[in-house]
Amino acid sequence: MVSCLFCGPKLAACGIVISIWGVIMLAMLGIFFTTHSAVLIDDVPFKEEDMHNDQDPPHNIYKLYNQVGYNCFIAAGIYVLVAALSFCQIKLNHRKEYMVR
Amino acid sequence: MDSFFRSEEMCLVQLFFQTESAHNCINELGHLGLVQFKDLNPGTVAFQRRFVKEVKKCEEMERILRKYSRFDKLEQELKEINSNRDTLRQNFTQLMEINHLLKVFDAFLFYLHDRFVAGVIKHERFPAFEKILWRLFHGNFVLRHEDPVKKDVFVVFVQGDQIRGKIRKLCDGFHASMYPCPNNAYARKEMRTNVNTRIEDLRLVLKRTEEFRETTLTAAAANLQEWASKVKKMKAIYYTLNLCNIDITQKLIVAEIWCPVSDLNSVHTALIHGSEQSGSSLSPVVNRIQTQQTPPTFNRVNSFTSGFQSIIDAYGVGNYQEINPAPYTMVTFPFLFAVMFGDCGHGLVMTLLALWLILHQEHFRKLKNELIDMLVDGRYIIFLMGLFSIYTGLIYNDCFSKSFNVFGSSWSVRPMFHPHGPWTNDTLHDSGHLHLDPLVSGVYSGNPYPFGVDPIWNIASNKLSFLNSYKMKMSVIMGVAHMLFGVTLSLVNYIFFRNLKDVALQFIPEVIFMLSLFGYLIFLILYKWCVVMKSESAPSILLLFINMMLFDYSSEGTVLYRTQKPVQIFLVVVAVLMVPWLLFAKPLLLYRKHKQLKFLSLPFCLSLFFGVKKAFVSLQVSMADIFVYQGIHTIEYCLGCISNTASYLRLWALSLAHAELSEVLWKMVLQVALRVTSGMGSVLLAVTFAAFAVLTVTILLVMEGLSAFLHALRLHWVEFQNKFYKGSGYKFTPLSFNRMRDMQ
Repeated sequence: MVSCLFCGPKLAACGIVISIWGVIMLAMLGIFFTTHSAVLIDDVPFKEEDMHNDQDPPHNIYKLYNQVGYNCFIAAGIYVLVAALSFCQIKLNHRKEYMVR
Repeated sequence: MDSFFRSEEMCLVQLFFQTESAHNCINELGHLGLVQFKDLNPGTVAFQRRFVKEVKKCEEMERILRKYSRFDKLEQELKEINSNRDTLRQNFTQLMEINHLLKVFDAFLFYLHDRFVAGVIKHERFPAFEKILWRLFHGNFVLRHEDPVKKDVFVVFVQGDQIRGKIRKLCDGFHASMYPCPNNAYARKEMRTNVNTRIEDLRLVLKRTEEFRETTLTAAAANLQEWASKVKKMKAIYYTLNLCNIDITQKLIVAEIWCPVSDLNSVHTALIHGSEQSGSSLSPVVNRIQTQQTPPTFNRVNSFTSGFQSIIDAYGVGNYQEINPAPYTMVTFPFLFAVMFGDCGHGLVMTLLALWLILHQEHFRKLKNELIDMLVDGRYIIFLMGLFSIYTGLIYNDCFSKSFNVFGSSWSVRPMFHPHGPWTNDTLHDSGHLHLDPLVSGVYSGNPYPFGVDPIWNIASNKLSFLNSYKMKMSVIMGVAHMLFGVTLSLVNYIFFRNLKDVALQFIPEVIFMLSLFGYLIFLILYKWCVVMKSESAPSILLLFINMMLFDYSSEGTVLYRTQKPVQIFLVVVAVLMVPWLLFAKPLLLYRKHKQLKFLSLPFCLSLFFGVKKAFVSLQVSMADIFVYQGIHTIEYCLGCISNTASYLRLWALSLAHAELSEVLWKMVLQVALRVTSGMGSVLLAVTFAAFAVLTVTILLVMEGLSAFLHALRLHWVEFQNKFYKGSGYKFTPLSFNRMRDMQ
């Protein structure tokens, strides 16, 4: 079987730490965006037209909020994959250590 | 037991023990790690001491062991063993091949040719071998082969000797090994049994060689460590013996040690144990003596408190039995750090990092890296700093530069519109910035946000005007409180040392000076925060304070409360009166006391004219000294009060810097990715988040953390400790083998 090991133990450990942080923080950000928190207003890319040409305010803004929120959730999902990958690398690194001994 | 609030009480003890039991006794004391030997031969140079030869021997042994540890000799041995093993292995393979050959030879027996060549050849070379045989001899031979293992066993039956010679040369060319095989069955059988026994013998020899190799290596490795530590211990013991006195009869050794009073019993037991081990009949004598010398400072610490004690000792080890600032530092240091760091997201990351350090402490210590060692020593400090930062982050309502809205903001925008307030839809179109007016009913609910800063400030554009004023005033309040605490600790010191004169001459004027000026400043701040007034007409506290010092009451509207003018005049006059009290009271009292002493001693010293003159001269010199010292102290204290209070404003400055850095990092890094809503926005967000995380750790945690650590430390070392701490003692350094082992 071809060796799937492509990073050393330190890189894998960094990977898993950043992934766990990313999953938790991006998931929480996603939740806060989908509940339309006012503090995050600067992170939502709305333009003048969204505010003026709105039939049912503030529906447009809320839609934008939800979009950013879903982006955050997808990014959190990407980090779940990266976490799984890093975890596999750590396991392979451990096995290599034992085999050499 | 107040042993951590001030250093332990020490006693000077004389030890007498026999020369034979000296080594064992000192060994026991070294394991105990509680006594410090005094140098009884301070005049002698190193090579004049009694045990100098033994120390030199130990150093020689250390050198040898160090060279040994480079495995020079061991390498040679290893090489020999390895080459032996290789030759043995070769023999073994050869014998195995012969064995196989003989086994299959019987199968070819029905061929009647009696000229043959037998051998073993590698499996992949056999086809080529066969082809060349055919080309050369055109089938005038019979070739049989079998393939037991990776190698092929073959026999070529031929007629004629010449052909045999040619085949031999061919076999050489193919690197096939040939073996002589006897013709008749009986000889073959004998040969087989012979070969088998030889194989068994070789197997045994190989196994023994392996075992020998293992044991040699492990034994050497284990012994090396042991020998090295033994030699170190011996060297320490002989060095200690050099510090002791040996009496005339050469049978008794006298040592003087500093030892904590509470540990005298354990020292005594250790000595008895040591003398029993050496088999001597007399137990050592422990004799406590009185002395005027200053004992060393010993603070008993555990793994949690040792970090804090070491950062205090880095500035100066406390005087003997002076108040130890370490217990208070355990709370105030992380708190002042957290005031400057104030972000619950960063605090959480710092706490988790410290938790990882605490749980994997041995693993980090094994790496033997200086930087990591420092981090590991301070792991509890970092843990507390992180915890306190989470708390101040919740108070500042700041988490990665965003606020939490847990309870609902107390400010509301809707009441600003018609019919409550002045705004209409057109107001929104015209202006870029709008002010929420708290005087319009409903805009401000009247109940402040229950815990922390209201989250609406996070999205307000005048956030800094509010937060700056708040943080500056808070820094001054904390600074004055910290300094007052320091001055109070000096009172505790005076009472402990029964120095009640200094309480009246130094403590009381210091405290009154600080309270009347800076305590009043705190009162003004708190009063202005609590009392309701119109914001346009509220006087500035800074201007009030300046006018108070200049006695300037001419400008209008400069009163916060009715009786402000007389109160302020009184306070300033009192503060100014404290300065001459501090400056002159103590030196004048000392001068009067000395004059009284001189007057009393004059009749007794008539005959010693020079003695009197010298005393008079020294009296004058010391009086000048005292005046100068007191002058310096007064100026340092009074001007220091002002400058130190201003110095505490760094609490505001660093927390502002941290908040701004955090906000810039969010806006410039993460917001760029969040604002992309088209297709690949989530992938860009994932990549950008990694950059955000790395930058947060390096800039905000490492750089800002170090900076806030340094400033909090400076506030403790200078502004807090110069109110009460002398810090000119010397540290208790016991003879301890544990400490030696940890340091190597």
